Order: sequence, then C-alpha cells, then structure tokens
Amino acid sequence: MSRAHDQGLWDFWFDVVRNLFGWFRAVGHEFRTRRGRFLVTALPMLWLGLFFLVPFLIVLKISLAQAVFGQAPPYTPLIETAADGAASLRLHVSNYAMLLSDPLYVSAYLKSLLFASVSTVFCLLLGYPIAYGIARSGPVARLLLLVLVILPFWTSSLLRTYALIGILKANGLLAQALSAVGLAGPDFALLHTDIAVYIGIVYNYLPFMILPLTATLMRLDFTLLEAAEDLGAKPWHAFLRVTLPLSMPGIIAGALLVFIPAVGEFVIPDILGGPDALTIGRVLWIEFFTNRDWPLAAAVTIAMLLLIVLPTLLFEYYENRRNQQEAEA
Amino acid sequence: MAAPVRSAAAEPWRDPSAQPFVRIEGVTKTFGKVYACDDISLDIYRGEFFALLGGSGSGKSTLLRILAGLEAPDQGRILIDGLDVTHLPPYQRPVNMMFQSYALFPHMTVEQNIAFGLRQDRLPAAEIRDRVRQMLELVRMPQLAGRKPHQLSGGQRQRVALARALAKQPKLLLLDEPLGALDKRLREHTQFELVNIQERVGTTFIMVTHDQEEAMTMSSRIAVMDTGRIVQVSTPAVLYEYPATRFVAEFIGGINIFEGRVVGSDEASGHVRIQCDALDAELLARHTDPLPEGTSVSVAVRPEKIDVHEAPPERGTVATENVVVGKVRDIAYLGDVSIYQVATEGGAIVRVQETHVARSSEPHYDWDDTLWLSWEAASAVVLTA
Repeated sequence: MSRAHDQGLWDFWFDVVRNLFGWFRAVGHEFRTRRGRFLVTALPMLWLGLFFLVPFLIVLKISLAQAVFGQAPPYTPLIETAADGAASLRLHVSNYAMLLSDPLYVSAYLKSLLFASVSTVFCLLLGYPIAYGIARSGPVARLLLLVLVILPFWTSSLLRTYALIGILKANGLLAQALSAVGLAGPDFALLHTDIAVYIGIVYNYLPFMILPLTATLMRLDFTLLEAAEDLGAKPWHAFLRVTLPLSMPGIIAGALLVFIPAVGEFVIPDILGGPDALTIGRVLWIEFFTNRDWPLAAAVTIAMLLLIVLPTLLFEYYENRRNQQEAEA
Repeated sequence: MAAPVRSAAAEPWRDPSAQPFVRIEGVTKTFGKVYACDDISLDIYRGEFFALLGGSGSGKSTLLRILAGLEAPDQGRILIDGLDVTHLPPYQRPVNMMFQSYALFPHMTVEQNIAFGLRQDRLPAAEIRDRVRQMLELVRMPQLAGRKPHQLSGGQRQRVALARALAKQPKLLLLDEPLGALDKRLREHTQFELVNIQERVGTTFIMVTHDQEEAMTMSSRIAVMDTGRIVQVSTPAVLYEYPATRFVAEFIGGINIFEGRVVGSDEASGHVRIQCDALDAELLARHTDPLPEGTSVSVAVRPEKIDVHEAPPERGTVATENVVVGKVRDIAYLGDVSIYQVATEGGAIVRVQETHVARSSEPHYDWDDTLWLSWEAASAVVLTA
C-alpha cells in the first residue's frame, strides 16, 4: 500500500470517528432539551405499558372469568351480547373466594413468603460483607470483583440450578466432600429439602443484593467513620451508628430486588425442593398447565401481585412523605 | 537572633523548665518511598494555638492524622500530657479532630451530631443534653439544633463540626484546614471567632493550614513544614521578621531576595557587606554570626521596609545604608497599599509597598518614573540556607 493511500484511509477513519462524535453530541443535545426529556421518559413508559400493564389487564380480565374446558380460550368472555342486543358484563369473583376457602392456597402463599424472606435475610448477611469489601477495594480490584459477581449471569439461571442438583444430591459433590472429612455419610443429601431451596434462591439472587449495596457503600464518605472513631466509637459501634444507617437505601433496594422475584419463584423450588415445598409459583403452574384452570391461575397471580406490590407501594409512600417532612423542617 | 522578649508565662516555649503538653519525638511516616513525615520532633505547650503551615505534600496533614491516631507512625513517639499515645487507637485518645470536610453525619441532626461522642462515653442523658446546649451556645446556633447538616450553610456546618469536636472536652483539639471551605469574608470573621472560642475553653489547639495569613492571625506559634520536615518553629512575628531559611522567607508574606556574596563584615556593629551584582550595589545588612568572605548568601527585604524617594536621598535624613535606583515597571493598586515593581539597571526587580495614608485617587508614582529605594541595614535579613 502506498503512503498516500494510507493517508487517505486515515483521513477516512478520522472523518468517520468525527462524524460519529458529532452525531452523539447531537443526540445528547436532543435529549437535554425539553422534547428530549419527554422522549426519555416516554420510551420506558411505552415499554412498561405494552409489556407490563397490558398483560396485567389481560390477566386481571381472565381472573374474573369462569373456566370452560375443551374450548379455546378456556374461559368465558366478560361481556356477552344477548339476542336482544343488550350487553351484559359478568364478573366471577368465585376464583378469589376459592383462594381464601381452600387452605392449599393460603399455605402456598405463606410458604412462598417464608422462602423469600429467609432467603432475603441470608442474601443480606452474605452480601453485605462482600459489597463492603468491593466498595473499599482499589479501582482495579473493584472492577475485577464486580465482574466476578456478575459473571454467573452469563449462564442461564436454569442451568445453574440444575448444576446444584449434582452438588446437593445423595452421593453428590457435597456429600462426597463431607464424607471425605468424616462429617456425613455418602448418602447425605440436601436435594428435595427446604434447605436446598434456600441454597438455590440465595445463590441465584445474591448479585441482586450485592450490586445496589456496593453502589451505596461506594458513595459512603469513609472520613465519616474516621470521625466516629475520633469521637470515641469503636469500629463496631461506628459501623452500627454510621455505616449501617447510611447504607439503608442500598439494603432496601437489594432486599426488594431479592424478595419480590423470590416470592414468585417457580424453577428453584420445583427443581430443588421436595413435594412439600409447594410455593405460589408451583401452584400457579399446576393450575395453569395441569388443571388448565386459567381463571383460577390468573386469580392466584393477581393475589400474589397485590401481596408484593401493596407493601412496596406503602413503603415508598411513607418513605417519600418522611423525606418531604424532613425537607420542610 | 534579636527577637523581642516577653514574659515566660505567656510564652512557655521560652521557659526551659516548662513541661511540653504535646511531645512529638522523632516521628517518621512513609507512604511507599515518599517521606510524609521525616523525623519530626516538636514540643507544644498547654493552651497554645499551634499551626502547622506548609504547602500540599509538606506532611502537615499526615502529622495531624498521626496525632489523632488515624495514621500510625513508622518510627517515633507521641506523648500527650505525659501519656504515650503512640499505639492507642483514635477512640481511646484524649484528642478530637475537626475534619477539613467537617465529616458531619448526614443522617443525624445538629444535636445528635454534637451528642455523638458523649453518647459513646455513656454519659447520663441529662448531662448530654446540658453539654450539647452549652456547645450550641458556644458556637451561637442553639436555634438550629434540629436541623440536618444538608440544611445548613457552609459556615454553620463549620461551627457544628467545631462544637462536635469540643463537646467531649478533649485535652487537645486538632483542626484540619478549619476555614478552608469558607469564602473569604466569612473566613476573616471566623478566624477571630475561633481564637475567641479557643481562649474561652482553654483547650490546646493544633491547626493545619496552607494559608500563611490564617496561621499568622490565629496562632501563638507556627511550625513551617516542607517535604516532611519542620523548617522553622516560631511566633508569627519572628517567622516574618527573622525567617531562618529562604523557604520560610518566601512562604510567609511578600519579600525581595537578592543573591550576593559576602565581601566584608564588621563584627563590632554586627553588619556584613554583601556585593549584589543584579542590583549593582553593595548592601549592608545586620547579621550577628560572622560570615567568611566569599560566602554565597541571599539578602531578604520585605517590600514595606523599603523607602521610596523621587530624588537621591540625602545622607542623614533617612536611612541611606542601602540605596538602589530603578524604574517603575508595574503598579498594583490594592486600596490600602500600592505595590510597585521597580526594575534596576542590573535586571533585578524590587517590590516596594507604599501605604496610602492620605486620600488620593492618583498613585504616587507613574510608569517609568525613576525611583531611589533605600532601607536600613537592620531591615534586611541575611539567609545562608
């Protein structure tokens, strides 16, 4: 290649890069203007509306219908038009009544809440020291550690859960390791126990606890801890009175990120849990696919959603009000 | 050195029998290969307002953190009131610190911030309440007890930080750039307030600052630091009038420094004669220690110690021991004074300061005016380092 040709190629790429930067700047400017801001909020709103609100309304509609077997769709329409042209709206609340009358559903809800809350606590206990370590390490080490935390996401959670079977089953890796040091027999098995479900949930959801906690702890001004120690607080007291309260936003965010999906978790209790690990996710699956009772399955879903969303909304509401009062004071 | 002599009670460092309250013995601290503190020894007396003055990287903040226990020295000892605290953690030292960023706890109110240290000591609630009230009154902000730090102005935060650090009645208060985050007007006002508070509570203060004016205004004594070492420890007046080295002379206040070499000395009057090529003049300066002929020295003269004349000064009317001629190159009008940069034939620039005693909108001298500058032999300092 001749030198002049090289020069031309460089100029070409220089132009490409410069134009790209110009384009990025133009887009950035667009987003900074008022119209751009509207776009910025409109896009996620549209997304949530299409893929969250509309499906939710469909599920709500189905939950108020009655199951009809052997036809598609397998439930009655909400609005029926009679021969005289009068439209009648028929809402069946029987599905919701069923949830309360049959103890199966209540106990499934309770079991799910138990799994989710205990797992959340363990995620917090395990995740907090990890997040603290990441936040206090140097920039290179911090990046490396964060990558290590995120790395498991490159494999599907289903595969990772299946891999846990090999570890937790009788004669599995854990049993072999324990029997090698003489702590348990080779037929020691955690698979199909509640403990296996806890292990599965904590393992799968730990990054969701670590990431927001790390973000909060990284923003913590560590001179505050020096100030606390200077004022006579032993390191442990400084942690309890300064670090812990100031990392509350991260704890709450992490807990919500773990708790909410864990309540509806289906795969982990189904694969790792025993027959009595009947969570709301499994009940939902059975109603939908085995019993083919769509309206009841929909009612189970709506009830679960209310169970999770209402406390969250209430919490948000009081948190906002508290912040507002503080700002006014 | 001929410094003014005052009573030993007001200046305990003059009394050889006085016991130092804080004793720093041979403290060395390295970060990697850098010496942050290089064999520092210092005695500080009870009730002093002591300043560690230096530029960034001089080691002043590291020394303060070693005193607080936030940093452990590689070598040396720290004694406070006779007690060796070198290996005590910060929470066991009778020392409190006011941080440069104030480090107020953002989730606590002003009252809770001040009470933090007292709660750690498990004092009875009534006593904590009384002490917090006293502290709030000391810094004149009792009406803001319920505010959170983010609802306060910079000056208010500074006062809360001071109140919090004083609440435990420490034997020693450390202040890291206490006025660094305030704007100029507030800083000047707060300087005096801080000195007043120190006099009222009687606590020994050690302050770190890079601002020589701040150190001069507030401190009883100043230690000037450079690259991990202490260059000179003195009262502000001695530092200003009798700097020990060129670094101190240039760091504190404006000064003219002329390079030269000794051509003779008169031991009876304590004067040395110094040939200065840049000024094309032989200068006379007071220096009590005899200097051998040919020694390279610097002569330092403060701009305000130089008299300005429009004609050659007559012998006898003013000090004519040192006379230099030059032309006005630059004029800076500062309101209370004007600074003239006068260039000599030899290429040296001499800064002189004229105080505006009489009211006039015109500067005394104009660009390119020829001026005769003179100063007394006693006004000049001979620096050998």
